Amino acid sequence: MPVLAIFSALVIGAVVIVLSDLTFFERLRADPALALGSALDEVFRAYGALFTGALGSPSTYVDAFTSGDTARMTQAFVPLSETMLSATPLIFTGLAVALGFQCGLFNIGAEGQLYVGAMFGTFAGFFFAGLPWFIHLPLAIGFGFLGGALWGFIPGLLKARTGAHEVIVTIMLNYTAYNLISWILKVPGYQREGRSDPISKVTLDTSWYPVLIDGLRANWGFILGLAAAVLVSWFLFRSTRGFEFRAVGFNPTAARYAGMSIASTTIMAMTLSGGLAGLAGTSVVLGVTHSLTFGVSGGFGFDGIAIALMAGSKPRGIILASLLFGALRAGATPMQSITGVPIDLVVVIQALVIMFVAAPALVREIYRIRVPETTGLETFSQGWRA
Amino acid sequence: MRLELRGITKRFPGVIANRDINITVEPGEIHALLGENGAGKTTLMNVLFGLYQPDEGEILIDGEPVTFHDPGDAIAAGIGMVHQHFMLVPVFTVTENVMLGVESVRGPLGQQLDRPAARKRIVEISDAHNLHVDPDALVEDLPVGVRQRVEIIKTLYRHSNLLVLDEPTAVLTPQEDEELFEIMRSLQASGTAIVFITHKLNEAMEIADRITVLRAGQVVGTTTPTEATLESLAEMMVGRHVALVVDKEPATAGEVVLDIEDLVVQDDRGHVTVDGLDLQVRAGEIVAIAGVQGNGQTELVEAVTGMRRPAAGRVRIGGQLVKLEPRAILEAGVAHVPEDRLEEGCVPAFSIAENLVLNTYYREPFSNGLQLDREAIQQAATGLVRDFDVRTPSVFNPVANLSGGNQQKVIVAREFSRPISLLIAAQPTRGLDVGSIEYIHRRIVAKRDEGAAVLIVSTELDEVFALADRIAVMYQGKIVDILDPEVATPQQLGLLMGGSRPVGIVEAEAAGERTHVVTSGG
Amino acid sequence: MTAAVKAAPAVIVDRKAIRRQRFLGVAYLLMAAVVAYFLTGDLQGSQTSTFLLKPAGNQGGLDVPSIVVPSLIVVYLAAAICAALGAIQLVRGFGARWAIVLGVVVVAFVFAFLTWAAAGKSMSLIGILQLTVQKSLPITFGALSGVLCERAGVVNIAIEGMLLSGAFTGAVVGSATGSNLIGLVAAALVGAALAGVLAVLAIRYRMNQIVAGTVINIFASGLTSFVASRVLQSHRELNEPTKFSSIPIPVLSDIPILGPMFFSGNLFYYLLFALIGLIHYGLFYTRWGLRVRAVGEHPRAADTVGINVIFTRYRNVILGGVVAGIGGAYFTLGSTGSFVHDMTGGRGFIGLAAMIFGGWTPIGGFLASLIFGFADSLQARLSILNVSVPSEFLLMVPYLVTIIVVAGLVGRVRMPAADGTPYDKG
Repeated sequence: MPVLAIFSALVIGAVVIVLSDLTFFERLRADPALALGSALDEVFRAYGALFTGALGSPSTYVDAFTSGDTARMTQAFVPLSETMLSATPLIFTGLAVALGFQCGLFNIGAEGQLYVGAMFGTFAGFFFAGLPWFIHLPLAIGFGFLGGALWGFIPGLLKARTGAHEVIVTIMLNYTAYNLISWILKVPGYQREGRSDPISKVTLDTSWYPVLIDGLRANWGFILGLAAAVLVSWFLFRSTRGFEFRAVGFNPTAARYAGMSIASTTIMAMTLSGGLAGLAGTSVVLGVTHSLTFGVSGGFGFDGIAIALMAGSKPRGIILASLLFGALRAGATPMQSITGVPIDLVVVIQALVIMFVAAPALVREIYRIRVPETTGLETFSQGWRA
Repeated sequence: MRLELRGITKRFPGVIANRDINITVEPGEIHALLGENGAGKTTLMNVLFGLYQPDEGEILIDGEPVTFHDPGDAIAAGIGMVHQHFMLVPVFTVTENVMLGVESVRGPLGQQLDRPAARKRIVEISDAHNLHVDPDALVEDLPVGVRQRVEIIKTLYRHSNLLVLDEPTAVLTPQEDEELFEIMRSLQASGTAIVFITHKLNEAMEIADRITVLRAGQVVGTTTPTEATLESLAEMMVGRHVALVVDKEPATAGEVVLDIEDLVVQDDRGHVTVDGLDLQVRAGEIVAIAGVQGNGQTELVEAVTGMRRPAAGRVRIGGQLVKLEPRAILEAGVAHVPEDRLEEGCVPAFSIAENLVLNTYYREPFSNGLQLDREAIQQAATGLVRDFDVRTPSVFNPVANLSGGNQQKVIVAREFSRPISLLIAAQPTRGLDVGSIEYIHRRIVAKRDEGAAVLIVSTELDEVFALADRIAVMYQGKIVDILDPEVATPQQLGLLMGGSRPVGIVEAEAAGERTHVVTSGG
Repeated sequence: MTAAVKAAPAVIVDRKAIRRQRFLGVAYLLMAAVVAYFLTGDLQGSQTSTFLLKPAGNQGGLDVPSIVVPSLIVVYLAAAICAALGAIQLVRGFGARWAIVLGVVVVAFVFAFLTWAAAGKSMSLIGILQLTVQKSLPITFGALSGVLCERAGVVNIAIEGMLLSGAFTGAVVGSATGSNLIGLVAAALVGAALAGVLAVLAIRYRMNQIVAGTVINIFASGLTSFVASRVLQSHRELNEPTKFSSIPIPVLSDIPILGPMFFSGNLFYYLLFALIGLIHYGLFYTRWGLRVRAVGEHPRAADTVGINVIFTRYRNVILGGVVAGIGGAYFTLGSTGSFVHDMTGGRGFIGLAAMIFGGWTPIGGFLASLIFGFADSLQARLSILNVSVPSEFLLMVPYLVTIIVVAGLVGRVRMPAADGTPYDKG
């Protein structure tokens, strides 16, 4: 099913590529057959660049291994490493959104929580000097978690206490977070010395996620993401608190009947969800950019929604979906530089993937499949009810 | 209008709701459609009203075959329906509700609502049949009986000459029943045919010209009140002789376990629905609260079980003031079978095993405080499914896939399987088949005999009489009287439920003095 | 108006209401503290604040005098009002008059802030008010779109995406055809098309409506950015539409204060006012509105009297899309004049909040939008006035106001009962 969803999204994406090329229409008038041929050619070139940008090209692998040169072998793995690098924050935001879903909450605020997490993590990264890495790194990660958790705690608290719908509050907190970041990046002491543009100080290398293999950028953040997925899975399906989360998500009235506290579960779920999104922030500022700028996220938080939907809010699925979306992101940059097709195509494809995944009936109808299936989305609230 | 249903069959996935049904309703006739819950009465009427399409068969009006694609077609053909769950928009006025769909309009564009014109016709209809409905009242502010009359006006406003009433007496007091029957006779006199759906034998006998009995989706037969007897109708309806009598010894009441004092509770809209209520329930006795739906029973149970915060009053359980939170009450040894089993009683998406530990999951042996012990949960679940005869292939199946009776058994199994001193059950057998009802009644009596105090809330008088050691009658948020089921008659109970104090109750009270443990100012 | 909520006999208030009461009380006290502490620091006793009420450059019309007040006294007075009302709110609440009290506190706070900002200077109050209306326009279009959809029972969180697509389409079609009117129509059509997608997903495929809306928002953001960078960057001539020019209405535009605020705008102003009136009249006085509200409150009841629930929902969602599309076109054809990616900046979501705040009514939604518009305009004006608050914090104001409004008010206003619930005929 997800395969069909991705396939459908890619097909529509191809249509978008072709139609957004204004010369296509002129050529179509001149010679329809040739125009269609060259359009197809362009689509394949774009998707080809996307693919090799994400996974590497087979010929490069073969060449590198036959040459036996370690440097070239490492080089061949760069695309894969980039995919893992992009997938890392997505695993965290996907888990963040999924944790909310399981508790009946729609956290659209992972983006803002990621930024605040990154802000806290960066601060810990440059402020605490002279610590060994095994203290500094966990400390900075903890700060990132704390920042995101704080940004998730607010909508949780408001929902539990006043009934304010988390969707609206988290969206508003996203915008608030952007402004918070753009402010703090101009505050002396946080802003990098001698710079007038909004950029933070460089974090100390003791706070960086160590790389997995020298020469590649993929780092232990990815491993932490996998560990987080295992932990979230245990929490949701094995732990006592997780039982409460799921009960509240599926049927809050029955959960209350069974003596669970909806309010504290809601607050805790949003806080943990925010914390996970905060970890996504650290995976960028402590793993890739090593400093905070306005562009550290670029939509990881929103992709988290797509990933959680696609995975049916199951941690294992989230890892797979994150790798897929990570691959799209990693391949998008080479695609733009090689073929001129803008990166934003990936956003379009992702929106379509969510649409097809969240409406299985639609895909069934297109492909005439007759299998009942659930989306895993039946849990969370509809409308604006508290 | 003469209505004929010919060979109607309606299937749903896995069930045949109606099978080859033939019924004729003559003009000006009151035709009772009698059957148990789930016999297929409502499905049949939804077919007639165009809400469902029949899989086989046809509908004839005055000899002409007709097809109803939607309710609009049925309305146009002169069929009016008063649904069991009223189809009224709460935030609209009576006038707006009645005119909806057939609005009077005025203005240059023919779009502006002409409320005065509609209002005038409503007043006319209301006066003609003594319906006493204020056209300007908001429906949400009206009592149930009046809402029903609004529904009747709705059909008359559309010039219906065949009226379908789906279980109209379920929400009424016996006295309101009489008023409804008066209205029905008045309508009959003006030539309207009425299909009266019910599962109450005596009502069918009282009002109907002819009675058709449905069982398991099929017509068992058509008869008249003069030909039939209550016994023969009962047998047609149920198929075997069933007496709602539970074998039980007289109660040996002990200490007061539940002591409610001056309780005040509001509903969601802020109306006071429990109004200074006092009640005591002792160990080893069953107290049944009888009352017409909507007299505060739901809110009373919600307050005592911690689901709704009372506005005032004290609740003692086992002599202790308890914090009115579900978990504190559970820890005090209270079991609660809630009114709405799918909304409150279980998480339908969870497995049977998970639902069986829904409120004990956090305790030993199911949890060590941090992690669930799935082994222990599964073991306990397997035992309970066996002991309580839950029909399921596996304890890992979601509760949503069980039948209503088996869902209720899961809840009963969970609540009855731990040591308790007080059992509170609201409508414990609503919508269940006879076998499940008997089973659950036996279990409740068994709990009493073990020494638990039992509080039952039921709108079914049969159930109340079958189970209760004392009957507390609830009316407008208060316990207006407490009766001894051995002495009291359904008629007395009916009057009390309707808010009037029957003549002759004084003698009954004198005779049943010992039963008056508590009476509250009513 | 029949949808009015009847005051329940308030014998005892529920706990959520008490929490909201406390929340508001604490908020008022905090506002008093902010006013008394932060807004008095650099004021001298002799300073005055001057507020201009006559628009610059407007020669005709009546002469409107300016308001001059002693700065420090006004600020302390405002703090005292907020503190007193906050204390009363905490102790016993205001019952049914909470809305008036909230209004008084907000006005006092804002006036204190303006007085402080304008201390020793003069500030064009009329400028702020004009900008308020201007900024509230797209928000109101969004709120109206929400009212149309949600009154019929479909949650429309895709307003943001519809505004964005409307802005984009208005700019491109308006430039390509050289006619801003055609651009406007095209924007409305694109809004309708996106709404059609939402309707199909939500009604036919019964997708969770919030997810469906989110998908459309992401899609609209991605597609407009994609096309903007693929096409508009190299074809700038496709992003230079002619804006609608202002049409001051004779006589009405000469009314002091109100004239410059409401009756000196361009086509979008009058379209909006017409829509507000039309939707209000339509919803509460016509057959159409009665049926729409019935579908949003109790679809099954509507179905049983022969109203086509599914059709009504499709029609209303698509109408909502048209309104949002027009609102989007305002960004490019009525305001800035060219498309910039993600230029709507959350106005669609704020429109949703305005709809909730306004109790799902067109007029209420407009008044709420004016409040958000005011916050927006204040931010824009104060950064010009060189006030010593970082502009980022001023930029946060509309979003924070939304959060406070949603937290303080949900539960007080009554939503359509079937909002967000798919209709199941069976």
